[in-house]
Amino acid sequence: MKLIRNILDNIKPHVEKGGKFHFFRSTFDAIETLFFVQNHVTQKGSHIRDSVDMKRTMIVVVLAVIPALLFGMWNTGRLHFLSIGEAAAFWPTFWYGFFKILPIIIVTYVVGLTIEIIFAQKRGHEVNEGFFVSGILIPLILPADVPLWMVAVATAFAVIIGKEVFGGSGMNIMNPALIARAFLFFAYPSKMSGDVIWVSGMTNNTNIVDGFSGATPLGNALVGNLDKLPSPMDMFLGIIPGSIGETSVVAILIGAAILLYTGVGSWRIMFSVVAGALIMGFIFNLTAVNDYMALPAWEHLIMGGFAFGAIFMATDPVTATQTNKGKYIYGFLIGLLAILIRVVNPAYPEGMMLAILLMNVFAPLIDHYVVAANIKKRLKRIKTV
Amino acid sequence: MSKEIKIKKGLNINLFGEAEKTISELKAKQYAIKPTDFVGVFPKLLVKEGDLVKAGSPVFYDKHRENIKFTAPVSGKIAGILRGAKRVLQEIIIDADEEIFYESFGKENPDDLKKEKIIEKLLKSGIWPFIRQRPYSIIADPDTEPKAIFISGFDTSPLAPDYDFLIHGKGEEFQTGLNAIAKLTSGKVHLNINNDLPGSRVFTNSKNVQVNNFTGPHPSGNVGTQINKIDPINKGDIVWYLRPQEVITIGKLFLEGKFDVSRVIALTGSEIKKTSYFKTYIGASIEGMIEKNLEQENVRCISGNVLTGTKIEKSGFLSFYDYQLTVIPEGDHYDFLGWMLPGLKKHSFYRTFMAWLTPKKKFKVHTNLNGGERSFVMTGQFERVFPLDIYPMQLLKAIIIEDIDAMENLGIYEVDEEDFALCEYISTSKINIQSVVRNGLDIIRKEMS
Repeated sequence: MKLIRNILDNIKPHVEKGGKFHFFRSTFDAIETLFFVQNHVTQKGSHIRDSVDMKRTMIVVVLAVIPALLFGMWNTGRLHFLSIGEAAAFWPTFWYGFFKILPIIIVTYVVGLTIEIIFAQKRGHEVNEGFFVSGILIPLILPADVPLWMVAVATAFAVIIGKEVFGGSGMNIMNPALIARAFLFFAYPSKMSGDVIWVSGMTNNTNIVDGFSGATPLGNALVGNLDKLPSPMDMFLGIIPGSIGETSVVAILIGAAILLYTGVGSWRIMFSVVAGALIMGFIFNLTAVNDYMALPAWEHLIMGGFAFGAIFMATDPVTATQTNKGKYIYGFLIGLLAILIRVVNPAYPEGMMLAILLMNVFAPLIDHYVVAANIKKRLKRIKTV
Repeated sequence: MSKEIKIKKGLNINLFGEAEKTISELKAKQYAIKPTDFVGVFPKLLVKEGDLVKAGSPVFYDKHRENIKFTAPVSGKIAGILRGAKRVLQEIIIDADEEIFYESFGKENPDDLKKEKIIEKLLKSGIWPFIRQRPYSIIADPDTEPKAIFISGFDTSPLAPDYDFLIHGKGEEFQTGLNAIAKLTSGKVHLNINNDLPGSRVFTNSKNVQVNNFTGPHPSGNVGTQINKIDPINKGDIVWYLRPQEVITIGKLFLEGKFDVSRVIALTGSEIKKTSYFKTYIGASIEGMIEKNLEQENVRCISGNVLTGTKIEKSGFLSFYDYQLTVIPEGDHYDFLGWMLPGLKKHSFYRTFMAWLTPKKKFKVHTNLNGGERSFVMTGQFERVFPLDIYPMQLLKAIIIEDIDAMENLGIYEVDEEDFALCEYISTSKINIQSVVRNGLDIIRKEMS
């Protein structure tokens, strides 16, 4: 600890204003604050401040995502060996997925953080911790076989166009992680949809076992193959094809528990997303004219990216509504739209991503009306007194 | 009709160093009156170094409102006039006499006096600055009439003094003060107390006021919260407010005819060896309280409480409106992996630390920011400690972009810095919210004048 402090203190004068390496100021600061909370004291206003800071808050989200990440690594290996008809023990299965996914994570962080640091340096800000979270979320919503250059391009697009042009974390309008995914989805549709891309090693492989299908439940449901859906238990546990982190509802629920316990994630949003989806599902059930519409409403909750989106994406505080009342409306509409897109739109098997991005855009409007109601109520006071 | 109001949103911050209930007299050698304590006042000096003053002799007046005078808290010799950057008046220091001589303003019964006479007497004696107004939280304008006057009879801020202890046995002075104040408005005078705290008989026996009962955590003792819940301020409304010891000062003016600003002050904070109460006068030098009474040297002395007080030097003076001196450790050290480790001894409003499990536990806090400044990211947090019917974050953003219409609509007239102190404390983004609010109030005041 002393040693690290001494090293940092030795470097510090060189990166301060006027130092030789001033253009590394933000980089140095990011590293320094990783080890030490700064010695800055309050200058004005309240003399004491809460122990919490942005790093503490963001690390909680990263922790919450870890179960889904670990499961995704194992599941990636499992599906791979299943597709080539080999039996493998737990660790080889896990390591296969681990080495498949680790490069994606590294590429995301390197590209994203480099851009973040450059912008922070230009603006004279400290590096914002927002990318801590985006950097782990982006890999988890991609298929395991995604080419690394695509990860890099998508991350760069998301950070620059999705975030920095608006002024950085806290100013962005849409969820950066989802922007990365939407970018890939529309720019390289063949790599981001279909029946073979979800299982690692399946795309150009001729050794696939007869009868093995890499189709996701949503993919099957969309083309009417509802009889091919895995059992609800399989979908709940997550031993199905899909994006790396989205499949296991169990792992995601562990994350949800962490977010709810610490209060970092909004329970209002999580609750209302689920409520919206269930209600849309029931409406379809009642008016069902095909098998997909008749699918029990609750099964939608364990399919595709619904759970992952509801827990980790919709709750992004920056892009969600900011008022508490608004959060109910915002979440409800996300759930509703997600199921609507899934069932009715023939082009997209999954509606969660688009539902959240759409509601991100509408969030300020919802807030506007919630706040306007408060203003109206307070104006009314004059007449009643 | 008295009201019962329960405040649910808020946060009590329990700190080490509550003042022990012993009281001793503090005869400070020096006292000071600090023009910086008065928001928006442009001081014009009436004395020079070496002048002799009595308690109640005018020292300076406000250039913008010349009838508002500021008088000496004690008698003695003007020992120094301190100016800061840009020649701004900082402190007018008085070497106190052994025994205090008072200017005489004449004994009178407020019941026999007209409103104008009372105001004139308060202005002349220098007591007027104790009466403040919302909006803007500045010294009240004697030419206006408020729709109501509020007195908060308790303090919920960290390590707050026990008001019962401060005014014990001063029932007659308090009642006389109330009678004078009641003449200043055709509306009501509200005295707000907290029945959960040991009730002071001085308060419960008061007449000529409406006594309301508040319960709940900080900021239920803030006058801003109380106004919002009982008689909220709309555009164009004016509400005046003052505090119990100030009412007693007014009472003494009428009963004894003198400007007697004696105060009971709580000496609090984790770095004080022996905490206690002191009987002294406004503007007392704090040296006598902290001499040989500090746990260590690297401390911050705060006139007032840790949330809203003013930083003063160890040789500094108490501020005009404060009943409390708090001394806490400076936090100018690095905290290794502080953001990652469990942090069992750290206080936090959030569940990412463990403090919420033990709401009664006391903490020792220092002045470190505990993080770097960021944009607003987290939402829905301020609302949990902000009981006013106002959207705090939206109002702050309106102030930051200087949108006057939005500020008005979102309730800038009802608030001041103090109301946002808890928001500032819990801000994950470490934004100096109280400065933002004051800036907003200044913008509006400029616009309206």
